[in-house]
Amino acid sequence: MNQHSHSLPASYDAAPLELTRRAWPWPLLTLLLVAFVLIPVLGDDYWLNAILIPFLILSLAGLGLNLLTGYTGQTSVGAAGFMAVGAFATYSLLLRVPGLPLPLALVGGGIIAAGVGFVFGIPSNRIKGFYLMVTTLAAQFFLEWVFTKFPWFYNYASSGTISAPRLELFGYDLHSPLGRYLLVLTSVVLLTWIAVNLVRSQIGRNWMAIRDMDTAAAVIGISVDRHKRLAFAVSSFYLGVAGALWAFAYLGTASASSFDINRSFQILFIIIIGGMGSIAGNFIGAAFISLLPLLLNQIGQGLLSGMVDAGQLQNLQKIIFGMLIIWFLVKEPEGLIRLLANLGERLKAWPLRF
Amino acid sequence: MTFFLETLIGGLLAGTMYSLVALGFVLIYKASGVFNFAQGAMLLFAALTFVSLQEQGLPFALALILTVVVMALGAILIERTVLRPLVNRSQITLFMATLGLSFVIEGLAQGLMGAQVRALDLGIEDVPLFWGDVMVSQFDLVAAATAALVVTVLALLFNRTRIGVSLRAVADDTRAALSIGINLNRIWQIVWAVAGILGLVAGLLWGARQGVQFSLSLVVLKALPVLIIGGFTSIGGAIVGGLIVGAAENLAEVYIGPYIGGGITPWFAYVLAIVFLYIRPAGLFGEPAIERV
Repeated sequence: MNQHSHSLPASYDAAPLELTRRAWPWPLLTLLLVAFVLIPVLGDDYWLNAILIPFLILSLAGLGLNLLTGYTGQTSVGAAGFMAVGAFATYSLLLRVPGLPLPLALVGGGIIAAGVGFVFGIPSNRIKGFYLMVTTLAAQFFLEWVFTKFPWFYNYASSGTISAPRLELFGYDLHSPLGRYLLVLTSVVLLTWIAVNLVRSQIGRNWMAIRDMDTAAAVIGISVDRHKRLAFAVSSFYLGVAGALWAFAYLGTASASSFDINRSFQILFIIIIGGMGSIAGNFIGAAFISLLPLLLNQIGQGLLSGMVDAGQLQNLQKIIFGMLIIWFLVKEPEGLIRLLANLGERLKAWPLRF
Repeated sequence: MTFFLETLIGGLLAGTMYSLVALGFVLIYKASGVFNFAQGAMLLFAALTFVSLQEQGLPFALALILTVVVMALGAILIERTVLRPLVNRSQITLFMATLGLSFVIEGLAQGLMGAQVRALDLGIEDVPLFWGDVMVSQFDLVAAATAALVVTVLALLFNRTRIGVSLRAVADDTRAALSIGINLNRIWQIVWAVAGILGLVAGLLWGARQGVQFSLSLVVLKALPVLIIGGFTSIGGAIVGGLIVGAAENLAEVYIGPYIGGGITPWFAYVLAIVFLYIRPAGLFGEPAIERV
């Protein structure tokens, strides 16, 4: 022990080194290196198109919902409705504002989604729990109806669908699978970085205080209503960007039915399985949700080829999904991320447990 | 005026069907504090089981009894595997568990009994009747009468039997009920079985209308505004709420719909529910929530 042992240091310079020195986050840097360099070099189009792009976008959507449900404690079953707003708003911006660069259009779509989320979040100052869920369900059905009924939103196309008018950045065409992958990856990394910092900031801590007990939060001087509405807006921004990417970088052509209530449930499942109130959990949950169907398909074709048809396989998938959700809620309410953390702790002590 | 009355009565009668679905929710919510999202899946499962049994050539009554037995067994299984391990957890956790449960039941129903649309004939003819100038559907009348009968039976069950009294005790104060020796797990099994049977009744009526198919499980979403308006804990509220939603939907579609593009039924009930939430957050007949810190 040194001379500081009886008094707390008054400045960071005087503090023990452990407090100020931050280790390089090597695992994260390796992951980014793999994602930005190795995968573009090695990955083939199928992997990019069918697995990585949807996985990344679903993670982003999960992140958006997690900010609202996992961090602020406001259950929402209308996530896909806000994704639709982002998709249709980005489409309108790209179509109607000539020369608008793609990143700005995405951000603009996100901001419009945030505005809509803010409006649907207003009832949260009076109601909570199931009752608030009804508001989000209303948002889901109302928004779906709006984007089906009013042709202006899909530029009077007879099919009622939207597809990206142009997908380019600084003159580079992003239509190839690799281009779209890099677009999605960059957006996801940037937005995740912002989210990590947001939940560590005053705002994030206020959100968690509201989640844990709103009355207590109000007592210590957090303005609960304002922060709930803010959570709705920020969450919708993320969902909006995810929706735009889902429509243009993954599907290519989308309609209101691409964002129906089942998509909302899917995103809710991502955060339940991955882990509520965890940023990394969204990625794990999304990976699980997008890989499990592929895995089941492989098993179905390999083991039971011919014996089970596609419809039955889908039913089986549903049953397994449902059981997994119940199992997670019973055994590990904090999701896969907590299971992995526990496993990591165990491995650290392996083989000499104490 | 005749047209207005026709719309109103048609809506009210359709509303009784919503009430039937909402009743299943209220029962389970009262007894175990769970918002049972799987009610729609149970409804689909019950209707599919009944139709499949009938297709095997079983007579109506036998198929009905067998389906009731299946639903009761299902309730016991659900209590054992889902409710018991999750006891004392937050309401939202339980809700999400029932969301998972609805996936399991839907998958099972369609996996075991097929996904195609089945016709269901209850032997009730859907012919228009005339009251003076006002045209009313006979089928809707039968459905409304069934709903009334079910409510009467439930009211008798709740007020006149030992099971009903212990059920109300559990709903009132779970701890106190436990301490005087009421078997909570048994009560849950009974309540879920009764909710399953209610699902069967509602499923048969809805199924006879639009065929027994997957979309039946979506009527749960319609029940949510009914519950908000009527209150989560009141049987009378479920009925009045259902009638209000049915009537308001029909009237709005006819009188407001044309001005804003039509097809507003999917969301109108929810907007109505939100308006109600602002005026009376506990619903018309619900108990106001008191929070302890």
